[in-house]
Amino acid sequence: MSTASETIVIPMSKGIRNRERRRRITMGVFFLLAAAFTWLVFAVNLTPNAMTRFVMTPGGSSTVAPDWIFPTGVYLNIIAGICAMLGTFQIVRGFGKRTYSVLALVAILFIFGFLSWATSGGQTNLGGLLRVMVVRAVPLTLGALSGILCERAGVVNIAIEGMMLTGAFVSTVFASLSHSLVIGLLAGVVAGGFMGVIHGVLSIKYKINQIISGTVINIFSIGITSYLSSKYIQRSEFQYLNEPGMFPQIEVPVLSKIPFIGPILFHHNIYVFAMVFFVLFITFLLYKTRWGLRLRSVGEHPKAADTLGINVFRTRYMAVILGGMMAGFGGTYFSLGSSGRFDEVMTAGRGFIGLAAMIFGNWNPIGSMGAGFLFGFFDSLSVKASLLQVPLPSEFLGMVPYLATIVVLAGVVGRGQMPAADGVPYEKE
Amino acid sequence: MSPEKPEQIKKSGIAIFWDEFSRSNLTVIILAILTGIILGGVLVAATTTEVYAAFKVSLWGGLKLAFTTAWNTYVALFTGSVGNPEKIRLAFESGDPLMIRRAINPFFESLVQTTPYIFAGLAVALGFRVGLFNIGAEGQIFIGAITGVWAGYAIHGLPPIIHIPVALLFGALGGAIWGFVPGFLKAKTGAHEVITTIMMNYIAFRLSDWLLKGPMGDPTEYTPKTPWILESAQLPKLFDLPIRFHIGFFVALLMAVLVYLLLFKTTWGLELRMVGSNPNAARYAGIKITMSTVIAMVLSGALAGLAGANEVLGVNHRLIPAFSSGYGFDSIALALLGKSHPFGVILSALLFGFLRNGARSMQLTVGVPIDIVSILQAMILAFIAAPAIIRTIYRLREPKHAEDIVSLQSWKG
Repeated sequence: MSTASETIVIPMSKGIRNRERRRRITMGVFFLLAAAFTWLVFAVNLTPNAMTRFVMTPGGSSTVAPDWIFPTGVYLNIIAGICAMLGTFQIVRGFGKRTYSVLALVAILFIFGFLSWATSGGQTNLGGLLRVMVVRAVPLTLGALSGILCERAGVVNIAIEGMMLTGAFVSTVFASLSHSLVIGLLAGVVAGGFMGVIHGVLSIKYKINQIISGTVINIFSIGITSYLSSKYIQRSEFQYLNEPGMFPQIEVPVLSKIPFIGPILFHHNIYVFAMVFFVLFITFLLYKTRWGLRLRSVGEHPKAADTLGINVFRTRYMAVILGGMMAGFGGTYFSLGSSGRFDEVMTAGRGFIGLAAMIFGNWNPIGSMGAGFLFGFFDSLSVKASLLQVPLPSEFLGMVPYLATIVVLAGVVGRGQMPAADGVPYEKE
Repeated sequence: MSPEKPEQIKKSGIAIFWDEFSRSNLTVIILAILTGIILGGVLVAATTTEVYAAFKVSLWGGLKLAFTTAWNTYVALFTGSVGNPEKIRLAFESGDPLMIRRAINPFFESLVQTTPYIFAGLAVALGFRVGLFNIGAEGQIFIGAITGVWAGYAIHGLPPIIHIPVALLFGALGGAIWGFVPGFLKAKTGAHEVITTIMMNYIAFRLSDWLLKGPMGDPTEYTPKTPWILESAQLPKLFDLPIRFHIGFFVALLMAVLVYLLLFKTTWGLELRMVGSNPNAARYAGIKITMSTVIAMVLSGALAGLAGANEVLGVNHRLIPAFSSGYGFDSIALALLGKSHPFGVILSALLFGFLRNGARSMQLTVGVPIDIVSILQAMILAFIAAPAIIRTIYRLREPKHAEDIVSLQSWKG
């Protein structure tokens, strides 16, 4: 990764300017490739009057929107044209600070083009696809938020998966015993926080490698939840321990009646709303409060923070525990928000995709939610892959988040800015 | 850790022994394993309903039952992993070869479980030695199994003496490719191998799902499976059924020796280790860090790939979904337990293999879920990684040398 000096204003050397230029051009070429791909692969083989039909009403929704029918070829040509224009502008002038927003736009256009092409001659329920996308984004975004809280303070957290699993298990048992979803939820959050404490003690107090500490928590969480699960809650005589119930769907008044948007965004259980709330809240905390500045300074330059009187260890403990609680909360989504029971290893790697979403979102809550939506979209699409008009194995759609993260990490299209002291144990002198 | 002052005062023999014993790394390792096992026993007792019932009657009765519960669990674990001594004695007395094989089967089955652990543990250990955290052994195992099984069923007309090495080589090659990508990305762009290998894991899982359902699936089966490998590609078994013990174990031992020779007896190995322990010094010494990184990841991937190939060629003889069940992740704990030394890896692989196999029959006989093994492994890993915990619990002395044998490059690489 590049050095931490990016935040300090220094006169641009020739090398940096060259690198900037190279990145600008790479990005532009990337946009042009999207245009070319849309043109040559999607648009070229279409019959002239092929139509795309998007159903805009998610299944089971009472708010009906008319279907969206359009000529595929025309739209694809427009998309390719816009991408080509953006690419040309990027190569010649560059979008500067807006590059990533433009990248997101190009990505959305490209995906839309792909979907139009894949639907051409048939129909796809776009409303349902997007609604599922929003739901699937929840655990990924909450996992990413957990990672952000930890890593912004300089502690790498690859234990999101384990923390989530613990949260899912504990919330199931507590909600089943108390017959209260709220108590279950709180118990799951506390359990996640407890895992955060373990991560903190191992990696901050004993200074063991944070990745090893995370691995310990992952192995332990999978072990203990599966152990207790197969010993108790999966057995029929203890069935009552595995009936937590589920949070009901909430229809936001008025807003949920907006056609298309309403059912997609405003008719969910509390987790979707909580996700949006936490993303905004943590963004505010991190970037607009003294607390957030301190937390970030500990992740960027702990020694300097220490000199200024910030207690590095305490800040890191707090961050890791909060991160654990966030992951625990995300874990309760699986049991109380999505399936209404606990199953062994039910998180199924979502914690790791959350980690990927964090990186993809550049260690930033809003960016991570964007990544969560993107990954959630491919998750949603992979379920429906068999309904598309083109043969595309769902497994390949499922790979997209991982491939995208590798591409981002490798800096093919610009490079993320990870906290400078991420993963480095702090030694007080 | 202040430098030791020369001891002037005469010490008794016991004191000297205690001093040495207390500072030794081996003590910490043994105590870590013991502590893990004790805590595991406590957990088993604490999750048994009968124990609570006994505690309600009397404290002593409760303690006694708690102890017997834990004890019986570990007895079941032991007999499950090495065999029931009584049964073995009876079998040998009767002289019936089938009975003997059945009686000694648990022991050899444990070795069968140990074999992939050795390969995967070597893979992770090799990475550690070069300062790389190969968390992607699991994915490399999958890819190695895929390429290995393909070579096993698709290449026809070779005699076993050629077919087996070819199939193993394919497995190693598959794993090597999966290791090369993160290694290359790390060397060229600085992308941290922990994240890239995690991502490569999931890509491997998806890829194998797809291959099993589609191109490599056996069309005559309803569930996704590959065809059976040819007999010429099967790793020879040393005994008749039910013993599944095959020569893969010896291939694994051979690999451990080769890794040892490479790391500790060649200049090349010295360079690799130097990159791991002090990359700056290595750079000043003119060692190409990027090259070493790529080579280490390729070798590491190849070893993990062998683990996968070994499983399909020696045990399963075909590839089924989710066949690995966590060898790759366990091997991280295993490599650390073995202090990233090839021979240490063999010992800890034996421990893990016996635990895993014993746990399976323990689940059947005393009803303690197999997942207790993961819990034990996690605890042992925590104690090994943080020796300070063990040293505090048992009031051991500080070691003379820093004991952190694994010096990983920081997150930023």
